[in-house]
Amino acid sequence: MADLSAIEAHRILIGSRIRSQLAYRTSFWLNVATSVAVGLVEFLEIYAIFANVSVFGGLDLRQSALVFALANMGFALADVIFGQLDTIPTYLRLGRLEVLLVRPMPLLLQLITADFQLRRLGRLVVGVVIIFVVLPGLDLGYTASTIYLLVITPLVGAAIYGAFFVTAGGLQFFLIDGAEFTAAFVYGGGYAGQLPGSVLITPIRILFTFVFPATLTAYLPSLLIMGLPGPEFLPAWLGWFAPVFALWAGALAWLAWRAGVRRFTGAGG
Amino acid sequence: MRSPIPTLLVTVRVQCYKTRSIVRTYLLLAVAEFRRFSTYRLAILAGITTQSVFGFIRVSVLYAAISSAGGTLAGYDEQLASTYVWLGQALLAPVALFGWIEIAERVSSGEIAVDFARPVDLQMAWWARDLGRACFQLLARGLPPLIIGAVTVGLARPDSWTAYPLGLVSLFLAISISFTLRFLVNLIAFWTLDVRGFVGLYIVVVGPFAGLFVPVHFFPEWLRVIAYATPFPSMLQTPIDVLSGWVLGWAAAALVASQLGWLIGLIGLARLVQWRAAHRLVVQGG
Repeated sequence: MADLSAIEAHRILIGSRIRSQLAYRTSFWLNVATSVAVGLVEFLEIYAIFANVSVFGGLDLRQSALVFALANMGFALADVIFGQLDTIPTYLRLGRLEVLLVRPMPLLLQLITADFQLRRLGRLVVGVVIIFVVLPGLDLGYTASTIYLLVITPLVGAAIYGAFFVTAGGLQFFLIDGAEFTAAFVYGGGYAGQLPGSVLITPIRILFTFVFPATLTAYLPSLLIMGLPGPEFLPAWLGWFAPVFALWAGALAWLAWRAGVRRFTGAGG
Repeated sequence: MRSPIPTLLVTVRVQCYKTRSIVRTYLLLAVAEFRRFSTYRLAILAGITTQSVFGFIRVSVLYAAISSAGGTLAGYDEQLASTYVWLGQALLAPVALFGWIEIAERVSSGEIAVDFARPVDLQMAWWARDLGRACFQLLARGLPPLIIGAVTVGLARPDSWTAYPLGLVSLFLAISISFTLRFLVNLIAFWTLDVRGFVGLYIVVVGPFAGLFVPVHFFPEWLRVIAYATPFPSMLQTPIDVLSGWVLGWAAAALVASQLGWLIGLIGLARLVQWRAAHRLVVQGG
């Protein structure tokens, strides 16, 4: 019998998930619509603010929309891949985790592929559309560094937000009933990351830059893209170091995940 | 010929007794739900922490917008804005803007047939339970954000004492409207098995129109009209406006009256849908 390579196995797994979701068309499109609506509703906040003022945190509507879109794309990508980790408390309570642990695949990969949600891509659409709407009006000089930043920022953002999801997943092993704690930095980080970092009050600004680097997912790289200076504690040049911050977030995630899984004690489920 | 009066008296007395025992039943249901929610201590602490982080981000957003606008925006100065945020964070859990599928799950599992057979009304029983839940969350999840708000920037106090009793009525109506809407969404389960999709869509739509992110008053005219054509502002924006004194006197009373109108309309709709649902119900086996 030929051994399946791990990559092949996951390709089959994810393929089957996608097919099963497409089997129920109405339900699938309803979920996609909800996912798109999530993105739109989040943008509504920025839009409502600009209905009253022309500058928000030193940025105009287009500039704020760029920050929003870059962060939103990063978060949407991370949510597609890692969003599933939110259900770990359910796995723990129902005693379904043991089954996964005895299989010859890494636990994290199994959880990610267990219920791969295609519908979450709906959110990504909102970010992409906004980017293409605002970019022409922003009058950027398309130098190599601008293009590099535009391409890499959503990917680095996805890595950072993904790390938040994994950190949260690791902490769930300790918290269980207190799972909502992690929403503070996963969804709080997602929220803070979409805003101009200059609006955040100082403690929140520091928390979401140097502990959970959410402002690195869009705001700081956007400042570099647009050639703007940053506010206190957030100099624009910090934006070049977004990948370094992603490594830091990844390290946190690795530690939290390892500690969580090591702590896990099955109940023979 | 015997006088009909004694019979009438007996009837009235029996009716009184019945009413008392029904009220007692619903009260017991509410108390039981209060206690059910008080069991998850860590979840409460987690909720408070997370809502505080969100509160500080929301305060940041409003402060930045208000300072851009030159000190006041749509009638909000910094203190009123912070009151709006922390009252909002306090009422979020009691008013329950999040998803809830308990009844839908009972529909898909078939347990709903047992519920219909109980000697209490389905809608009234869940309403009583939801009020019990709300009472608990008002104390456990409502007070901490208010304390944080009071300690950090101070809360604006309404200019008239009438804001408090009126605010309480408004809050009761807000919780009841929220319940009736969630009840209606749950009843969708009688027609389709995939109720989660509808619940998800409901949560997404309710948030912004209830005034969860920025006050509905910040919306441009056309969007504000759409918002007030729905019952959603009645669930969060209105009790906040009344409690914080953003509206006072007769204007506040008119807002509360509009909440009452929404509630009566929605209860009527829920009755109708529940009646249709009960007729659709097919019970398979014991």
